[in-house]
Amino acid sequence: MIEINEGAADNGQFLCVCAKEGLIVTTSVAAKSVRPGEMGLGVVLLALAFIWIYIFSKAYTGAYEFHAALFVLASLTGAAGIVWRYDRREADTPLTIDGRPNYNMGPVKFLSLASLFWGFAGMTVGLIIACELAFPWLNFDTAYINFGRLRPLHTSAVIFAFGGNVLIATSFYVVQRTSRARLAGDLAPWFVALGYNFFIVVAGTGYLLGITRSHEYAEPEWYAIAFLVVVWVTYLLVFLGTLARRVEPHIYVANWFYLAFIVTIAVLVLGNNTEMPVSIFSSKSYPLWSGVQDAMIQWWYGHNAVGFFLTAGFLAIMYYFVPKRAERPIYSYRLSIIHFWALIFLYIWAGPHHLHYTALPDWAQTLGMTFSIMLWMPSWGGMINGLMTLSGAWDKLRTDPVLRMLVVSIAFYGMATFEGPLMSVKEVNSLSHYTDWNIGHVHSGALGWVAFVSFGALYCLIPWVFNRKLYSNLLVDWHFWIATIGIVFYISAMWVAGIMQGLMWRAYTPEGYLEYSFIETTQAMHPMYVIRALGGAMFLAGLLIMIFNIYKTLASPAIAVAPEASAQLAPAE
Amino acid sequence: MSNSSGFSLPSHKFFETNSMFLLLGIVVAIAIGGIVEIVPLFYLKNTIEEVKGVRPYSPLELAGFNIYVREGCYLCHSQMIRPLRDEVERYGHYSLAAESMYDHPFQWGSKRNGPDLARIGGKYSDDWHLAHMADPRSVSPASIMPGYPFLAQTPLDYKHIDEDLIALRRVGVPYTQEAIDHAVDDLRAQGGAKGGDALKARYSKVIVRDVSGNPNGEITEADALIAYLQQLGSHVDFKLYNDAANIR
Repeated sequence: MIEINEGAADNGQFLCVCAKEGLIVTTSVAAKSVRPGEMGLGVVLLALAFIWIYIFSKAYTGAYEFHAALFVLASLTGAAGIVWRYDRREADTPLTIDGRPNYNMGPVKFLSLASLFWGFAGMTVGLIIACELAFPWLNFDTAYINFGRLRPLHTSAVIFAFGGNVLIATSFYVVQRTSRARLAGDLAPWFVALGYNFFIVVAGTGYLLGITRSHEYAEPEWYAIAFLVVVWVTYLLVFLGTLARRVEPHIYVANWFYLAFIVTIAVLVLGNNTEMPVSIFSSKSYPLWSGVQDAMIQWWYGHNAVGFFLTAGFLAIMYYFVPKRAERPIYSYRLSIIHFWALIFLYIWAGPHHLHYTALPDWAQTLGMTFSIMLWMPSWGGMINGLMTLSGAWDKLRTDPVLRMLVVSIAFYGMATFEGPLMSVKEVNSLSHYTDWNIGHVHSGALGWVAFVSFGALYCLIPWVFNRKLYSNLLVDWHFWIATIGIVFYISAMWVAGIMQGLMWRAYTPEGYLEYSFIETTQAMHPMYVIRALGGAMFLAGLLIMIFNIYKTLASPAIAVAPEASAQLAPAE
Repeated sequence: MSNSSGFSLPSHKFFETNSMFLLLGIVVAIAIGGIVEIVPLFYLKNTIEEVKGVRPYSPLELAGFNIYVREGCYLCHSQMIRPLRDEVERYGHYSLAAESMYDHPFQWGSKRNGPDLARIGGKYSDDWHLAHMADPRSVSPASIMPGYPFLAQTPLDYKHIDEDLIALRRVGVPYTQEAIDHAVDDLRAQGGAKGGDALKARYSKVIVRDVSGNPNGEITEADALIAYLQQLGSHVDFKLYNDAANIR
């Protein structure tokens, strides 16, 4: 299955003029020529720069001018980057070296470090808005940092910037290792890595400037999304292209989940972003759908951003990094097949549970609830498959804090995916909806599952790709415990706050009047909001310990052989 | 990947060894649920019902709606009253699908850090809203809402408001050509300038007044936002609305 790059065979003898030395020597080098991809992308980027200069000149608002300037800058930087890279790259990039795949780990390195940066940024903003809810004067009466603008910045930064960088980094790593093939594409992986992060910069600065579509977790406006779609389709093609190069006949289970994540996110983003821009000179657009249709499509998107971005994608991480770290095969091959197909089929139906008792028709709500409850089973199928992979290796939890982090993340996954179906029951939802119980639920999944499995994976991945030994296991221990206690503070505060507020809203006096005004329920939240902020601060402190640990790791000298080079992955049986 | 136990899944080899069929399988699996739940919403009577009184936003209200979106108000305020006893008693009649039929995008929200706003229109005076925007704790001491004093100080940018109406017409909001041609005039008229009669003819129950009372007659973002808030939930006359006609 290995495609030998035929071009490499044609390298003849060439005269190389070494101008610096003023010498003419005959040497055997490959002829370096501009690749079609370099030429094509360069031209596209230059054209993009011109288009955005034109838009800049006529933009309706200062905020949009700023974004146009960002696009111009990024396009020109990208074009210059291609030239810069051309000067430095080899004439030819072999797919294999001495029979071993010539892995492309540059983008993986960049993405894994970017994820740490965005994790820090996103969680810091999260802490700020948690404090704003407890102490509203922290909004400072300004536009740019009030809760309404910072909240999407927080959610997007942690989900799409932190989580997204982890997902793309690990997927690029895993698909190469499990296919035993070099990442497809020459510039494409870098275009995905840099393009995705540029999209995040545009989206994030947009929120601060008031550019938003007000669809939760889908706030970026039309031009940012248009760019994202190009990046994401490239991502899909790189992933599929690498699979097509694979030496292994079977596609490894982690890659099924990555593929489901990539393709479904593409479908969801396209489906939820049918919109009519006011003008090419305006950042504003109006969605094609309104009211109930818009709501249903948004939560079809919103819940499956959870299902495919935050679940399928991170399950893929689990399916590679847990067996690898535990040095055990996956518990059950059969279970992975069943729960994979059940998970992706059932998840897509669950969206309407975000719209219980709204103007959405009852039948849709009931369908959403029914499938949400059924979803419990494949979710726990994944949890069981992950946890039981530790069979025969449980003792490693004592000695390996990274593995402990991964395993606890799976436990949190199990907990959040039990709580979710519970909250999707209409009677429970009538209490929990609109309250902080949702926030607590989301964070038990986001902090306990997504962030922990990401931390665990990064603690593995960064030493692997940089050929370093992790600086300190003790610091991982500290990270683990501070963050875990932080999560407990966070989610228990939100449980209490949510259930209390839900009960207060529906409380009646013996005479049959509503017992509490809205503002009284707000006042009752204050202590919980303070505790939540404290929990969030602890979680952030854990991340800072991690960043320090990674910094010290990268500052240490490289080791000779990548530690993961030898072991092979095999599903059970 | 043979299976040593009795139960085998020979067919799965097909997906595992063909990335394109795996891709296709995934697309089929995720398509079914979405299609079943979404497509009928464009045809069912109770989701496309027309209720008397519901009308598109006037240009000033639309500008206010866009400020509501811009500032992320939906992150703390829902606009969807559920048919539960306490909600109906606290906020008013439960929300109808038709009441958000011209909301591009919908503003139902998902979290109540503050109260529901679906029927906030007319509950408080303009002055209360102005004071509340400028300093929420001046009128509600325990409020955790951010202050928005800058809204009353920022002139509304409505040069291109007609383009907003055109874009909305393209996505199905029934603005007439006349409404588009007079969008800027209508906006100014609602803010207190001349021409209110034509505006009132185009937009039923529209409230015409200079909210922020700027001496030079300048229309601010606070004017627009308050014009939007003051009409919320007021379009349908529930004395005339027949619940049973749209039972779901």
